Amino acid sequence: MSAPATLTDFLLAAPELVLLTGACALMIADLYVKDPQREASFIIAMLVLLGCAAATVFVMWGTGGHVAYAFNKLYVADLMAHLLKLCAYLAVAAALVYSRQYLHERGLLKGEFLTLLLFALLGMMVMMSANSFLTLYLGLELLSLCLYAMVALNRDSALSTEAAMKYFVLGALASGLLLYGMSMIYGATGTLTITEVAKQVAALSGKTAERHLLVFGLVFVVSGIAFKLGVVPFHMWIPDVYEGAPTAVTLVIGTAPKLAAFAMAMRLLVNGLLDLAHDWQQMLVVLALLSMALGNITAIAQTNLKRMLAYSTIAHMGFMLLGLLSGVVGGNTYSAGEAYAASMFYTIVYVLMSLGAFGMLLYLSRAGFECETLEDMKGLNRRSPWFAFIMLVLMFSLAGIPPTAGFYAKLAVLSAAVNAGQVWLAAVAVMLSLVGAFYYLRVVKLMYFDEPGDTAPVEGPREMRALLSLNGLAVLGLGILPGSLMSLCYIAIRSL
Amino acid sequence: MFETALFYAFSAILLLAALRVITARNPVHSAMFLVLAFFTAAGIWLLLRAEFLAIALVLVYVGAVMVLFLFVVMMLDINLERLREGFWRNLPLAVVVGGILVFEMVALLARHVFEAAPAAEPGPGNSNTRQLGLLVYTHYAYAFEVSAVILLVAIIAAIALTLRRRKDRRYQNPAEQVKVRREDRVRLVSMPSERDE
Repeated sequence: MSAPATLTDFLLAAPELVLLTGACALMIADLYVKDPQREASFIIAMLVLLGCAAATVFVMWGTGGHVAYAFNKLYVADLMAHLLKLCAYLAVAAALVYSRQYLHERGLLKGEFLTLLLFALLGMMVMMSANSFLTLYLGLELLSLCLYAMVALNRDSALSTEAAMKYFVLGALASGLLLYGMSMIYGATGTLTITEVAKQVAALSGKTAERHLLVFGLVFVVSGIAFKLGVVPFHMWIPDVYEGAPTAVTLVIGTAPKLAAFAMAMRLLVNGLLDLAHDWQQMLVVLALLSMALGNITAIAQTNLKRMLAYSTIAHMGFMLLGLLSGVVGGNTYSAGEAYAASMFYTIVYVLMSLGAFGMLLYLSRAGFECETLEDMKGLNRRSPWFAFIMLVLMFSLAGIPPTAGFYAKLAVLSAAVNAGQVWLAAVAVMLSLVGAFYYLRVVKLMYFDEPGDTAPVEGPREMRALLSLNGLAVLGLGILPGSLMSLCYIAIRSL
Repeated sequence: MFETALFYAFSAILLLAALRVITARNPVHSAMFLVLAFFTAAGIWLLLRAEFLAIALVLVYVGAVMVLFLFVVMMLDINLERLREGFWRNLPLAVVVGGILVFEMVALLARHVFEAAPAAEPGPGNSNTRQLGLLVYTHYAYAFEVSAVILLVAIIAAIALTLRRRKDRRYQNPAEQVKVRREDRVRLVSMPSERDE
């Protein structure tokens, strides 16, 4: 029963091993870096990410895209994990490029930031490849601990410390809820391995007492997932943390961890508890409706851009749930693959848009000036027509206007919902996203039709300008040619 | 028979201690009652042959957590009157929430979901500490390593958030002290001898 780990196990976990070794090496090497720009540390971090990508491709090639388990089924290597991991590397690499100048100007560019960022990525990877409640929870804690510390990294700012404190307390509460739910499910099924849980749940279908216990646990598990995704009514931390954290850290929190949260939802609800889909889909309907309504309507009242984007996150995650909740219709899973693939596509596109939007805030900030209110966007077209255009593309995409990627992502989840017979839900979602379009278009109006209040030239490092342009163009390109990413998502979901 | 008597004795002390934790006026007394509660809970676990849990409870909670807690209580000047202010105002809500929790637990336990056969006696030389050790280092090796990384992150985060290098601090550098040469410290000045006049 308890076989010791073999070489195959370690080979399957090669990306995690590369990252762990790389992060430890970076931690030590950084002590010898004297340069305040930390050129060497950045290069090491980028090399580590490249190494991880190579290792992931190696595992994908080695397993031939089949599902493989390692470490007594604690770890799973499948296409969904590989694809999400590759996206996470890209997001973290972009976060590194975008945040460097900003952190340097504020004296926050320390080795700890880089090390914590890499360990946070390790936590996400552990979550994406988890096939046991135990590893899923440990990965989540690893990720959350790094994020709490990163929010508080600017320790002389009262706002950051307060945000970190709120995040920590609410995050600990959510972890507790999740653990409580997991222990209930363990009590009913007698196993922690997710694939085994699925078998046991199917076997328990006739027994009401165990069924009640499972649903009782499910409520807590869904609450835990909802907190990590930041959907209503578990969204309270998002606006405060997004506003309080240094913008570079907000960028990190708002992007890659969403991929990990999506993976967590897929592993727990779809891999483990698909037989209870009837119960959890109803819960997700409520969460999705509340998030889209509260997120879109409250965002209108915000004058702080970071806060506005925080409420927009809540609305988008609600939208993403539309795909997750329309997988199983009347007990059959014919359309499940398409529905979950639509959600996955939505999450990846959201991460790309969010990277661009926060990257733009970082680009427009400079020493002693934080670009974070709507006023700061005024007349951007006069100051820099190209970046005003990139911001326009990002805002159109967040609002879901064709031909951007955001439009296609919304279309995909909406058609999944309609196929599942949730027509009224899709109709409400469309109405609410129309409400949401108002505050994205307001930013565009400020950029193009208002006089600039600030005439300082818009400038930044060359690699940042290049990546930001590429990011905006990618959002446009994925909107025109969404097919390849969409079919990748579909293949990844089918392999589960 | 003897074990049953021990169980009831431990349980009675545990319940009384737990009650005193929330009714004691002095926070230090509360903390000490909590320590007592932990010790008796460890005793009950020993009766269940779960010696590892019992030891871990005493070592981790009594040895580390409660001592830390006592430090905090002693260092902070807590105003007891302010802590008690909201008690009667919040009582109705607390009773409702507590009532719901009790109802849910009773509803679950009454369904006999958690009824299990008594655990088998471990054979001689085969304790559950040993079994746990075998599992942790083989079956759960991956999870064990991830927990190790979490501890590493905790260390990095704690240092990053609390270590402050003061500019005006003076400190000794032993390496520099050892390397010192006579010429750095002693200056030979040749002075013409003065003659008494």
